[in-house]
Amino acid sequence: MSILGLREFHPFEAAGRRYVYLVPSAAVFALDDCSEAVLKELDAGPRAAADLAQDLGARFDRAEVSDTIAELQRVRLLGEVDKPSAFAPGASADKKGLSPPATPKIVPLRPVPLQTLVVNVTNQCNLACTYCYEYGEDKIVDTENGQQPKFMSEETARESVEFALRESRENRHAHITFFGGETLMNFPVLKSTIAYARRRAAEVGKDIDFSLTTNATLLQPDVIEFLASERVGVTISIDGPEDMQDKFRVFNNGQGSYAMAAPKIKALLARHRSRPVGARVTLTKQTLDVRRIYKHLSEDLGFWEVGFAPVTTAPGRDYAISDGGFDHLLEQFRALATEYLEASLQNRHHGFSNVRETLQEIHQGHAKAYPCGAGIGLMGVSTDGRVALCHRFAGSDDHGLGTVRDGVSWPKQQAFLDAHHVSNKTDCATCWARPICAGGCYHEANTRYGSTERPNLHYCEWIRGWTHTCLEIYGELAARNPGFLRQFDDQPTERVS
Amino acid sequence: MKHLTAINRKAARMEEVTRTEASRPEGAKDVVALQQGPPQQPEPPHIPNGCSLVFSPGWEADRNGGTAGLCQPVERDLFDCHMGCFWPAQVPDQLNHAPDWTAKCAAAQKDWRKIDLIFPDEKK
Repeated sequence: MSILGLREFHPFEAAGRRYVYLVPSAAVFALDDCSEAVLKELDAGPRAAADLAQDLGARFDRAEVSDTIAELQRVRLLGEVDKPSAFAPGASADKKGLSPPATPKIVPLRPVPLQTLVVNVTNQCNLACTYCYEYGEDKIVDTENGQQPKFMSEETARESVEFALRESRENRHAHITFFGGETLMNFPVLKSTIAYARRRAAEVGKDIDFSLTTNATLLQPDVIEFLASERVGVTISIDGPEDMQDKFRVFNNGQGSYAMAAPKIKALLARHRSRPVGARVTLTKQTLDVRRIYKHLSEDLGFWEVGFAPVTTAPGRDYAISDGGFDHLLEQFRALATEYLEASLQNRHHGFSNVRETLQEIHQGHAKAYPCGAGIGLMGVSTDGRVALCHRFAGSDDHGLGTVRDGVSWPKQQAFLDAHHVSNKTDCATCWARPICAGGCYHEANTRYGSTERPNLHYCEWIRGWTHTCLEIYGELAARNPGFLRQFDDQPTERVS
Repeated sequence: MKHLTAINRKAARMEEVTRTEASRPEGAKDVVALQQGPPQQPEPPHIPNGCSLVFSPGWEADRNGGTAGLCQPVERDLFDCHMGCFWPAQVPDQLNHAPDWTAKCAAAQKDWRKIDLIFPDEKK
């Protein structure tokens, strides 16, 4: 007789309904009373199917229980204990009868079309933010005294365009994100590159679009006019109201940048209506008041969307967020996510982009083999035309894949994919959040642990807590306003921060 | 499914796949490799029938590195291998003893179940 045990899943409740998030498939199902009862019975340990039907006989009839068991087996919520999981045929079940969790290691066998090329048009910046990953204490490339030019030449920029179009392969669409340093310090090259790229894309029959990230201090009227008329997507790095912004986002002389940035942001938001403008906030130990930051950026300045990311740093820095800080951060995120939920239930816009992005991933149900598109659908180019995993590694020899002139090396890319697959990360093998996290940012891991291959263990609790919150919001919306979720049917564009 | 409700898109896709499994009578197993399900990959450019002479990629992997588009659906081997490729497929002798063994099978991929089983004539 077959003995049944639970497979991997994460249960959650919302709007009075019970749900499960399946691992590693990333599917979300709602349970009825009978399926919940079966799962509860099996929580104590594996049982024979016949015994289950007997024990539940007082509440459900036999046929109903066996129907339910069949359904649960079909979606791999249950499995036969003596049969190993299909993805780990050699492994045997543990004491509790749980099949060993595993994610199948499927590595692309041929180059994947490039979706986004991040072009670092300069490595210079007019600000001197203390925590900067490019210039600060944790930098990995010597941008000041290194070999690379301070500004990308027009020629290298054009070669980058050719590279992006070529590597987009069978895709009709290509996307270029301009990055820095401070991107707008090389505005002339940016401007001519967009014109060149539009012409070349039309010649080869592709669509191309553009975005950039800036600190807003150089948004002169002619720049704003250009960005608006050319429909360039803009993300602004800003940390909140004046007292928070000026803690770390300072000029070389230590003077804060808020007074210069804020009026320019207002001018941009007033003119640039062709694409939504987002704010990107770096959170530090000293600036953790998420709700206040959000309120200021969305209401006082008028940003359409605000996204938050904890600062990337080695653990000892005085702005590094501690374990307690992450708990506090999660509370704050939860409070703001509740606001998002309330707005979404009434079909009102709310610009907390972290929750929107996570909902999109939950809705699609992608089970990620890699935490992000770096080195697959996304790459970064340094000012001298070298191609690396992403913009954060641009110019680093250790993380290079090739050059825009000679192309990237597929064997190198394959070696990268082979070494960074989530199934290599043993710490992640027992985590239910791995379909969505897959170990987290390579650059963060490199800064924290000295290797891109390591999972980011310092924020596991935070990721699980946050994913659980977003699952609850997703479940709430699925029950109370399912039409709202339809906007997530389309694939997202890759976010760059 | 009655007891589970698919909520996200992945769950809906899983339900779609399991629906076909569930529609079979309980305990019935079928020959999976011979089924013509919905195409798993976009239609590749046409590749002529046949084996290695036309450089089709063989048995291990298809052009995309998967197994969904192998050079021949196996049921087509019944015809192609014994007539065109001289692959020693075990099929009846169409010239002498069983000229009509495929008469009810107009299209192998659809009608392979209707192919007659041929037994040696014991009277002779």
